Amino acid sequence: MSALKGRGTGLTQERGTSDEGRRCAEAGRGRWAGLRRGKETLHAEWTKLRTVTGPAWLLIATVAATVAISAAASAAVRCPSGIACPVDTAKLSLTGIQFGQAVVAILAVLVISGEYSTGMIRTTLTAMPHRVTVLGAKAAILSGLVLAAGGLAVLGSVLTGRFILPGHGFTAARGFPPLSLADGPVLRAAAGSVLYLALIALLSLGIATAVREPAVAIGIVLSLLYLAPIIAPLLNQHWERHVEQIAPTTAGLTIQATSGLRSLAISPWGGLGVLAAWAAAALLAGGLALRLRDA
Amino acid sequence: MTTQATMPHPPAPQSGRDGFAQLVRAEWTKLRTVRGWVIGLVVTALVMAGLGLLTAVGGSSSCQSSGGGPARSGRACGPTLTVGPGGEPVTDSFYFVRQPLTGNGSLTVRVTSLTGRIPPANGNPPLNPNVSPDTRPGLVSWAKSGLILKESTRPGSAYAAIMVTADHGVRLQGNYTSDTAGQPGAVSAASPRWLRLTRSGDMITGYDSVDGTHWTQVGTVQLAGLSPTVQAGLFTASPAYQSISSNFGGGTSGSILPSQATAVFDHVSRSGRWPARTWSGDYIDAAGGSGVGGYHQAGGRFSVTGSGDIAPVIAGSDAGGPILTLSNLLVGTFAGLIGVLVIAAMFITAEYRRGLIRTTLAANPRRGRVLAAKALVIGSVTFVVGLIAATAAVTLGAQIARHKAYVFPATWTTELRMVVGTAALLAVAAVLALALGAVLRRSVAAVTIVVVAIVLPYILSVASVLPVGVLDWLLRITPAAAFAIQQAAPQYPQVTALYSPGTGYFPLAPWAGFAVLCAWAALASGLAVVLIRRRDA
Repeated sequence: MSALKGRGTGLTQERGTSDEGRRCAEAGRGRWAGLRRGKETLHAEWTKLRTVTGPAWLLIATVAATVAISAAASAAVRCPSGIACPVDTAKLSLTGIQFGQAVVAILAVLVISGEYSTGMIRTTLTAMPHRVTVLGAKAAILSGLVLAAGGLAVLGSVLTGRFILPGHGFTAARGFPPLSLADGPVLRAAAGSVLYLALIALLSLGIATAVREPAVAIGIVLSLLYLAPIIAPLLNQHWERHVEQIAPTTAGLTIQATSGLRSLAISPWGGLGVLAAWAAAALLAGGLALRLRDA
Repeated sequence: MTTQATMPHPPAPQSGRDGFAQLVRAEWTKLRTVRGWVIGLVVTALVMAGLGLLTAVGGSSSCQSSGGGPARSGRACGPTLTVGPGGEPVTDSFYFVRQPLTGNGSLTVRVTSLTGRIPPANGNPPLNPNVSPDTRPGLVSWAKSGLILKESTRPGSAYAAIMVTADHGVRLQGNYTSDTAGQPGAVSAASPRWLRLTRSGDMITGYDSVDGTHWTQVGTVQLAGLSPTVQAGLFTASPAYQSISSNFGGGTSGSILPSQATAVFDHVSRSGRWPARTWSGDYIDAAGGSGVGGYHQAGGRFSVTGSGDIAPVIAGSDAGGPILTLSNLLVGTFAGLIGVLVIAAMFITAEYRRGLIRTTLAANPRRGRVLAAKALVIGSVTFVVGLIAATAAVTLGAQIARHKAYVFPATWTTELRMVVGTAALLAVAAVLALALGAVLRRSVAAVTIVVVAIVLPYILSVASVLPVGVLDWLLRITPAAAFAIQQAAPQYPQVTALYSPGTGYFPLAPWAGFAVLCAWAALASGLAVVLIRRRDA
């Protein structure tokens, strides 16, 4: 029921936007008009997301699941005395990202596929004929929301790690200083994980725009996210390295590494760059499909 | 409504099995006529088989050396391992103080101590493996010493042995894979153990005793086709010490360094024909252990030091090079799973989206049967698709892989269980996705939940983030437990190794793991039936 009401609100909002958009177009095709159009599209997309309950719940789920799984991972690992522990504590405390990314992917797919399955997309595109702007607005709103939720999730994860790990044998005396964002590599791992989630969202949005069918879109996204880490270890070293350099998750998650940087298949920021390239390519494909295709 | 007058064809049977058969046929037609789904299933099968072949071609056991130990002998490419009488790869490395024994006979001895040296616990392994690190006193859990009767000194030949171990009491072992427990407890001067090994034809019997007068039969080992003259005597072996890897899962292997053990024997007595009269000491396959070994005889007292192990090789361990198992060839199951789950979830959610569900339920008011028919159709179709893909991956993949690597042997029953089990795994997972699709009525959520529940525990276990104990529990209770059905190589309790999913081992028995997935599917189906009955469509 609430979903229906939400959609109704979105509809009236768009009607208003389209009127204003037309007025703008009449007033002239200046730079100002384009900017205004973009702003209004953003506002429309924000209203659509804000007024249904699904996205809010998914964002809450992202934060809760990420922190819970990270905390569980930190709580599960112990470093008994007398044994060398080859553990990257920053990475360990961010384990939940592996799960949070799936929730983020659901949100991103639903942002666009939801419109296709209800037929809303036709209304949206009639109201805002500049289709790439629509996709851009969706991407902007989505990444803003995911950055905010991801920030909370990562902060919560690092904090739980900071409190739990020293009690489990990971003490400063043994070379594991408490996790702190003032520490350069830890800050990079934490901030990078937030960016990682946003890029996963954009990648999923691009794929879902290109594919339209939500189940197929999530299938493709999950294959991209989870297949490479399973297959890579079974290949020989040469191929394994290449797969880890190319695949979005294995490359992107190198941003979480704070120790053993030399043995990584790709440098942390380079890895995140690979993921960004994936996201850009997916958005490009989605944008092209949206532009060239009937809704 | 009297439709009979206007309809020329006979009325459709509405009850009993015929009604259900018609329902199944209707659902089959729905599945068959959506072109996207048919293409999706074909692509799923191709990707699943293709990834298996990719592993066979570019697998970690192909010709490029992975920097492990040197291949010890034989073929130009890939590791060549010592093979036991059963055809399985084995380690056969120990110090042997022996004499030939002709015909039937027996050997009795008393063991008064078992001590050893292991590498230091903390600190990293030395960078140069040739420099032996400082050792400290201690024993690895399966350090073993006792009596052995062996076909010949050739590594891999048939044997039976009765031994004391560090933590597992007296054991009778034979032909590398069999292991029977005898008296528990550690051996010491205050609590010695008497051991006896008797040959009678092909039958070797092991006895143990705490006082040398009251003997208990531990068991027998049948060595078919044993030569009239065999080598028999005292032995000591001590498997490699693993410092880290047993605490943390998966890839980051800790240091695996050789250890050594020394046992002290006295009251050696023989019966039967022992033509040599004197003992001689040999290291059997010295490359397998630290190479440290020897014996010292003073009066009736023997002290035998050795390293290495007499045991089956564990798939995934680095025994002269990596080994490919058939489960590696089924890695495409993950891709196949995602494809199948997408189609299974859409099989019901598409009806909700298009409103077809109202027509379906109006035509068949018994809603539980509609779900059952859908489950039957999607389950059977995915079973067939999975069966074809898994058969192709395992048979073709093994053909390709055998040319370039050592493929861990599996019996045909194991192979059949893996292939049929993989198909069944896909089918039951599809039913689970269908049921969740009916509960949630949203394909995206249904697909994601099932994929994450099945795939994520597996990834976490391969990625070596969590400790092994936690992973074992994850792989017992989540639907990922079903991957146990793909375990190709048996797990041996008498070998300490890293038994993790990354190396192809699962905590549950194959069919028990599969039953966990079935339980989840049954739970979801039950919920789906309740909800579809109660809710408006």
